[in-house]
Amino acid sequence: MTSNGWFQIAFFFVLIVASAKPLGSFIANVIEGRKTFLSPILGPLERLVYKLCGIDPAQEQRWTQYTAALLAFSAFSCILLYALQRLQGFLPFNPQHYGAGSVSPDLAFNTSASFGTNTNWQSYTPETTLSYLVQMAGLTVHNFLSAAAGLAIAIALVRGFARQSIKTIGNFWADLTRSTLYILMPMSLIAAIFLCSQGVIQNLHPYTVVTTLEGAKQIIAQGPVASQEAVKMLGTNGGGFFNANSAHPFENPTPLSNMFEMFLIFLIPGALTYTFGKMVRDTRQGWAMFAAMSLLWLAGVVTAYHYEQNGTPILARNGIAVQASATQPGGNMEGKETRFGIADSALFATVTTDASCGAVNSMHDSFTPLGGLVPLFNIQLGEVVFGGVGAGLYGMLMFAILAVFIAGLMVGRTPEYLGKKIEQKEVKMAMLSLLILAACILLFAGASSVIPFDKGSYWNPPGPATANLTNPGPHGFSEILYAYTSGTGNNGSAFGGLNPNTPWYNLTIGVVMLFGRFFMIIPLLAVAGSLADKKQVPVSAGTFPTHGPLFVALLTGVVIVVGALTYFPALSLGPLIEHLL
Amino acid sequence: MFSQLRPAVLITIVMTVLTGLIYPLAITGIAQVIFPYQANGSLAVRNGTAVGSELIGQAFTKPEYFHPRPSAAGPKGYDATASGGSNLGPTNPDLAKRIEKDAAEYRAENGVTSGIPADAVTTSGSGLDPDISPANALLQARRIARARQVAETEIMALVRKNTKGRELGFMGEPRVNVLQLNIDLDLQYPMR
Repeated sequence: MTSNGWFQIAFFFVLIVASAKPLGSFIANVIEGRKTFLSPILGPLERLVYKLCGIDPAQEQRWTQYTAALLAFSAFSCILLYALQRLQGFLPFNPQHYGAGSVSPDLAFNTSASFGTNTNWQSYTPETTLSYLVQMAGLTVHNFLSAAAGLAIAIALVRGFARQSIKTIGNFWADLTRSTLYILMPMSLIAAIFLCSQGVIQNLHPYTVVTTLEGAKQIIAQGPVASQEAVKMLGTNGGGFFNANSAHPFENPTPLSNMFEMFLIFLIPGALTYTFGKMVRDTRQGWAMFAAMSLLWLAGVVTAYHYEQNGTPILARNGIAVQASATQPGGNMEGKETRFGIADSALFATVTTDASCGAVNSMHDSFTPLGGLVPLFNIQLGEVVFGGVGAGLYGMLMFAILAVFIAGLMVGRTPEYLGKKIEQKEVKMAMLSLLILAACILLFAGASSVIPFDKGSYWNPPGPATANLTNPGPHGFSEILYAYTSGTGNNGSAFGGLNPNTPWYNLTIGVVMLFGRFFMIIPLLAVAGSLADKKQVPVSAGTFPTHGPLFVALLTGVVIVVGALTYFPALSLGPLIEHLL
Repeated sequence: MFSQLRPAVLITIVMTVLTGLIYPLAITGIAQVIFPYQANGSLAVRNGTAVGSELIGQAFTKPEYFHPRPSAAGPKGYDATASGGSNLGPTNPDLAKRIEKDAAEYRAENGVTSGIPADAVTTSGSGLDPDISPANALLQARRIARARQVAETEIMALVRKNTKGRELGFMGEPRVNVLQLNIDLDLQYPMR
C-alpha cells in the first residue's frame, strides 16, 4: 500500500465532507418547494410538468396514497421499458439493428425490474443487445426516475419525524418532479460534459470499424454514453452502457474521471444526511449519521485495499511483483485497469457497494477472497453506508429505529428518536423489512446452489443452476450469493463469472429486486405515516441523546451485528473458507 | 391506487421525453461541438485513416511492437464489442494455469529472469485496457530494439517520452499507452 494511495482515499473523503452541507441545504430547499437560484430557469418547466400531468403539488397525501402513487408509477414505467426493449427492432436510433431476438421475455422482465428498482443488474452484454433508443429513452430515464423516487421516499420518511399530529407525508409527484428537475438533471448535465472532456463518448454513430496496426479488423462500439454515465453515478444506479461498466475506457477513461465518478456516487447520499438534519431542525443528528457511515466506509476501504495490494498466492508463486513501485502498481491486478491500479480499484469497489450504485471499475469476481468479501458484506449490511440516493438514508433511519429500540430495552424505557416515541408498529415494520431482505438473499442463494435442471431445459439450458458458474468450489458459491445479495440490495454489481441470462436466474433475480425495493419501502412509508401522526415528546433527562459519539457507536454496532449474525454462516461457506484454502 | 394511474402514465411519458430524448440529444449536440474528438471515440489517425482508438486497447503479437496486457474481451481478446474481464477467482486452477503459461512466455520473449510486473500477466477489467505499466514497457524494450535493429536505450527513451504520470500528480497510476507508443515506433524506427 502506498502513501499516494492513502492520499487519494483521504482526498476523496474530503470532497464528500465538503459538499455535504451546501448540497444538503440546497436539497432541503428544493424538496420543500422553496425558491433557489435555479427557480427562475426551472420554475416554468416544473409548472409545465404539473400542468401536463394534471398534478397539484400542494395536495398532501397520506402514506397509503403516497405508496399507491409510487407503485402505480413504478408499474407503468417498468411496463413501458419492457415494451421498448421488445419492440426495439421497429424503433429508431438503432444503427446496429438489434431486434427482439436479442432480448428474450425473461431478460426484458429482468432488465425492467432492475432499472425500475434502481438496481441496474445486467444479465446481458449491452453493446451487443440494446439499441441507442432503449439506452436513452428506456434506461437513462429510469436512471433518473428510480433515483428521484428513492430520494422522494427518504424525504417522506424524514417528514414523518419532522411533523407532528399530521396525517400526510407530502406529495409523491411533486417530490419526484422536483428531485428530477432541480437536483439530478442540472448536475447530470454538467457531469456529462465534464466526462466528455475526459474522453467519454457521446454520439449516435454506428460502430466504427478500423484496421489495426497489425492489420486486423477491430469493431469499436459507440453510443450516447456520457449522458447516461453521469446520471448512472449521480443517481447511484450503476448500470453500464457497456458490459465492462466503469472499467471500460469509454465510460471511465482517466484517473480524474474515475475520482469524479466515485465522488458522484457519494455526493447526494452524503448530502442527504445534512438535509435530514436540517429538516428535523437539528443538524447534529445528520452529522451523527454521517459519522457512523464514515466509520463503516473506512473499515471497508482499508480491508479491501490491504488484501488487494497483498496479491494472491498464484501471483507470488510465479514471481510476479506484488509490491507497488514507482513504475508499476503491483498487487492483484487481475480484473483491474492499469490507469486505476490497486488503490482506486479498492476504493471504487467499496464506494459502489456502500452505496447501492453497483457500477464497477474492476471485476469483483477476481478480487482476493477477503478483498471481495468487502463489497459483498457492504451490500448485506443494507447499503446504509451513505447508500443509494434516498435509499441509504431511509435504510440507516431504519437501523436508527432498531438502535434506539435496543437501547430502550437495555434501560427498560420506551425508546424515542427525534422526539417521536418508537413503539410496536415502528419496530415491527423495521424488522419486517430486514427479515424479508435476508430471506430473499439466503433462500434463493440456497435454492440456486442445489436446484437440479436438465441440460437443455427451458429454465436453465446449461443444466443445474450451478452449471452457470465460472469458478469452482467456495468461490462458485460466492458468485451465487453475490448475485442474490446484489439483486435484493438493489446494488447491481456482480461476481460476473455467473452467467445469469437464463430464465431461472432472470426471473428469480428479477423477483428479489422487486422484493428488495418494495418490501423495504412500503413498511418504511407506513412508519412515516405513523410517525407523522404522533406528537413530539419533549426532551427529558431520560432521553437517550442521538447526536453524540455513544449513539454513533451504537448505530454502527447494530448495523454490523445484524449483518454479521444474519450472513456469517453463508459467508463462511464462501469467501471465508476460500481465504483459508 | 387507480386515482394515481393517470398522473403515473402522464409523468412517465413527460419525463421520458425530457430525460430520455431532450437531455441525451442536447448533450450529444453540445459534446459534438465542444469535444468532437473525445465524443467520437478519440480515434487515432495515421495517414488519414483511423487505426484504432487511443482509449481502446488492440491486440499486438508481432515482436517488433509493444504488447498489451492479456485480454478477456471476446474469445481472442481485445474485441471492442465484448468488453469484460476474465472473472476468474483468486483460487481458480484455470487462472493458475493461465498465469503460469503467460509468465513463462513473457520471460522467454523478453529474456527476463527477474520479477514481472503484475499487469503483464493479468487481464484487465474491461479487456480493452489501452495502457501497460512503465515497468512492463521497459522490460519489452530489448525485444523491440532487436527486432527493429536499433539501440535499446533509444527504445527506452521513447517509452519514457510516452509515459503519463499520475494525474494532477496523485491520481491513478503511471502508464504507457500501447497504441500511441507503437505508432511512434513505426514513425521513428520503421521496420527495415
